[in-house]
Amino acid sequence: MLEVRNLEVVYSDVILVLRGISLSIPDGSIVALLGANGAGKTTTLRAVSGLLDVHNGNVTKGEILLDGEPIHRKSAAKIVRLGVSQALEGRRILAEMSVEENLRLGAHTNHRSMDANMERVYHLFPLLRDRAKSTAGYLSGGEQQMLAIGRALMSAPRYLLLDEPSLGLAPLLVQQIRDIIVEINRQGTGVLLVEQNAMMALSIADHGFIMEIGKIVMDKPAGELLDDEDVREFYLGLSGDEVQSFAQVKHYRRKKRWLS
Amino acid sequence: MSTLLQAVLNGLALAAVYALIALGFVIIYKSMQVLSFAQPALMLFGGYFVVYFSSRLGLNFYLAVLLAIMVAGLSGLVIERSFLRPMVGKPVFAVAIMTIGIDLVVRIITGNLFGVESGGIGATGDPWGLGLFIGDPAFGATFHWGDVVLNQRRFAAIVAALLVIGILLAFFRYSRIGLAMRATAFDQEVALTQGVSVSSVFALSWAIAAALATVAALFISPNTGTIDVNMFAFALKALPVVVIGGMDSIGGALLAALIVGLAESLTITYQPVYAGFLGGSFSQVVPYLVMFVVLLVRPYGLFGTREVERV
Repeated sequence: MLEVRNLEVVYSDVILVLRGISLSIPDGSIVALLGANGAGKTTTLRAVSGLLDVHNGNVTKGEILLDGEPIHRKSAAKIVRLGVSQALEGRRILAEMSVEENLRLGAHTNHRSMDANMERVYHLFPLLRDRAKSTAGYLSGGEQQMLAIGRALMSAPRYLLLDEPSLGLAPLLVQQIRDIIVEINRQGTGVLLVEQNAMMALSIADHGFIMEIGKIVMDKPAGELLDDEDVREFYLGLSGDEVQSFAQVKHYRRKKRWLS
Repeated sequence: MSTLLQAVLNGLALAAVYALIALGFVIIYKSMQVLSFAQPALMLFGGYFVVYFSSRLGLNFYLAVLLAIMVAGLSGLVIERSFLRPMVGKPVFAVAIMTIGIDLVVRIITGNLFGVESGGIGATGDPWGLGLFIGDPAFGATFHWGDVVLNQRRFAAIVAALLVIGILLAFFRYSRIGLAMRATAFDQEVALTQGVSVSSVFALSWAIAAALATVAALFISPNTGTIDVNMFAFALKALPVVVIGGMDSIGGALLAALIVGLAESLTITYQPVYAGFLGGSFSQVVPYLVMFVVLLVRPYGLFGTREVERV
């Protein structure tokens, strides 16, 4: 169980980004974390995988627990070794290096079982096997995303954190990525899925959290979120009675917050 | 013809030394985005230990070199750990100035270690034991092919540089740690998410730079085979090499070393004959002249990334 408890994060000592959020990822489940831009989703992931230092951020309150052990003071390298691996937003593959080298980098902490893990990644993404020797920067967007996810899997993590894997991909590719996430989860890896594409995320998640300006405002099983009136309107673009014609689409949505 | 061949051979030897020093600069720059001005001092420091182990303790020359490389690499680690680690996250400019301070301190320490005498790098004549390799222990200090004379130290410089650079490139290409270093240079945050300890990469890059500088120190005075504290200026000529190559490119640094080494050596040979009015020692200026010309055409160096930071 990976747990975030009452976490507060401050950037540059002054910018309060997370105001006490709590969420948990049970072993082997998919948890979706949704929210508008700037809500603090990426910061949450950074805190979990120990990347706040790079961005001059600090955990000022709360804790992150892995099986009850606090990990929020540990280094990023240590956290990866403990089995929490992240694929960063925007893919961030090593464009100058080959696909295989990218995967080898992913195996940095788990060198011994590199071959087995690489076989697993190639099995999940057969495309990557064909292009193993080609330069990663020349892959298409979808292939790059697959590489980023594959690289994160090379450490054989117990928990995989995915930051917007559907970013900038065509609908068909989003479907493909979605199916792969389900398959990864089926093989026993817990997934924390941060997404703008709420429909995709909620359709595969067991549980969903919705964030707004640094707080969790909704915490429900994914099925309930999908049926929720407000979620449907804000995140899925569906209102109670379907709009039949574009003429009736409101130009301004009513500003609504769950809090205040 | 033999004059030209002679100049080219000497130029290659010079290029080998420049390449070794320049690689140190580039490796540190790539991992930390800091231009380290401490390379000259590290070179002397490593050189001193070669002198100490080989001449003053009288150890086997190769063993002495190996020990000196280890001592230098270790002090590279210590320097990074104690002076540069606290500077992580500080402006690059501040860190670069810091390295100037480190250079001065290490150079003064080395000066005290040396004392007033200059030290001999191994025995005079044939420290490399090349005679043994070719089965002729009485073999002299030079190779002769017709009029062309190749000093043994120059020959050793070329061979050693090829060997060391080859090992280094293979290390970066095939080893786990080398890959982690390249990844850190490319995208630090990504390296972190894959479990690479970026601070160890910084430390390792200093150790490698110091070790390379030590190997370079063996060859900075090919004629006399001695080294003293005032020779730090030699390493400064690797700075134009790095700038010409483009700061963050290993291939660029190697090519630039070749260009500068050959240009300097050809100038030594031909300038007194054809352009004597430029005065003696004009060759000393040549690296900077080449840098000037290259920067006019390509401000970011031959192979540098365009938006390389200014220091």
